[in-house]
Amino acid sequence: MRDSRMLTRWTKSTDSLQLQEISVALDKPYKDIPGTTVFDSDMARLGYHLNQFCMTLMKAENRDRFLADERAYLDEWPMTGEQMQAVLDRDYNALLKLGANVYYFGKLFFTDKISFQKGASLMAGMSEEEYLAMMVSGGRSPEGNRYIGEKDDG
Amino acid sequence: MSHVPAIGAAVDLGKTGEPYWQPLFAGFEFSKQWIADEKPDVIFLVYNDHATAFGLDNIPTFAIGCAEEFEIADEGWGARPVPVVKGAPDLAWHVRQSVIQDDFDLTTVNEMKVDHGLTVPLTLMYGQPEAWPCLVIPFAVNVIVYPPPSGRRCYLLGKAIRRAIESFDDDLSVQVWGTGGMSHQLQGPRAGLINQEFDRKFLDELVDNPDELANVPHIDYMRDAGSEGIELVMWLIMRGALDNKVKEVHRHYHVPASNTAVGHIILENLRQ
Repeated sequence: MRDSRMLTRWTKSTDSLQLQEISVALDKPYKDIPGTTVFDSDMARLGYHLNQFCMTLMKAENRDRFLADERAYLDEWPMTGEQMQAVLDRDYNALLKLGANVYYFGKLFFTDKISFQKGASLMAGMSEEEYLAMMVSGGRSPEGNRYIGEKDDG
Repeated sequence: MSHVPAIGAAVDLGKTGEPYWQPLFAGFEFSKQWIADEKPDVIFLVYNDHATAFGLDNIPTFAIGCAEEFEIADEGWGARPVPVVKGAPDLAWHVRQSVIQDDFDLTTVNEMKVDHGLTVPLTLMYGQPEAWPCLVIPFAVNVIVYPPPSGRRCYLLGKAIRRAIESFDDDLSVQVWGTGGMSHQLQGPRAGLINQEFDRKFLDELVDNPDELANVPHIDYMRDAGSEGIELVMWLIMRGALDNKVKEVHRHYHVPASNTAVGHIILENLRQ
């Protein structure tokens, strides 16, 4: 049974208290955080090969081989065409939706010789200068950024 | 304290005096003197690996490093030029046995490279020595693949670690460090989120009200302090290892370091 688990609960039936197994949905209260993909079991399973590919980029010789022929390198991994295309396009927000985690695809930042801050600015849809200015002035405010739909301009 | 990789790079590249970095490092001047006076023999260093030693092939929730030494990992831009980390295997194996008997099922690790999560806090406290002046027990917590352990679980684990350390025969001076945080989000359109009010409140409650703080659910960290702000649960392991009442020796808070709010607090048990 997907997304559910069994819990044993005391339940009152007729006049006696009995233990009964009931099915409860797994609690995923984080789905309504705007602009955020939580790397939970679903995402980790979806992105397994994508993330394990990223792990190989910690080695210099693998980075060189990847950069020499990205498509050929990616073909060694059983990932989906969509996942491959997102890597080729360096579309980090798409990668998040396809099961990649930022600490894993952060190794693509190093491969491309861009900073984590630059990578974050790209995902935020800002220039690096705009992003840096936002951070120096205290970062992105949580006001209006806690729930999807909270902000009118969202 | 926080562990931002850019902090390590700033030290390694000699940039700590630059206007961007100077206020951050100034807050650690007191701490460097404090630790020079305290001279701990062993640091029990609670931190998280960042898909360096642990990929998706093995995802231990709690992993204790029991080896003689831990090499510095090459995370993709070359290994940080810092000394190798010497372990404290006698104490680590002892803690492992005690804590597992106390119902916390640790993973025992003997082959592990350590990344910036572990080395940046050492750098902030000790600067750039030829060799680290202490032994280190790396204690890795999964905060990347959801869910991490709950705040309550971390807090109680800290208490079990305290009991384990106190029951060790040798008379060693041991410090427990909680690292990671504070508020930050590295991913997606909401990247760059910082919540100074949350962070300051967290520090206040950590000092005076840890038992209640331990009840805060994951969702509150993620929603209010950013998806990566959830690393803060690791600080509760440190807090659990201390007495209920503690003395706050030092506090420092600074925004930003790259994408992150940096927090640092030193707590001591009240001395008799």
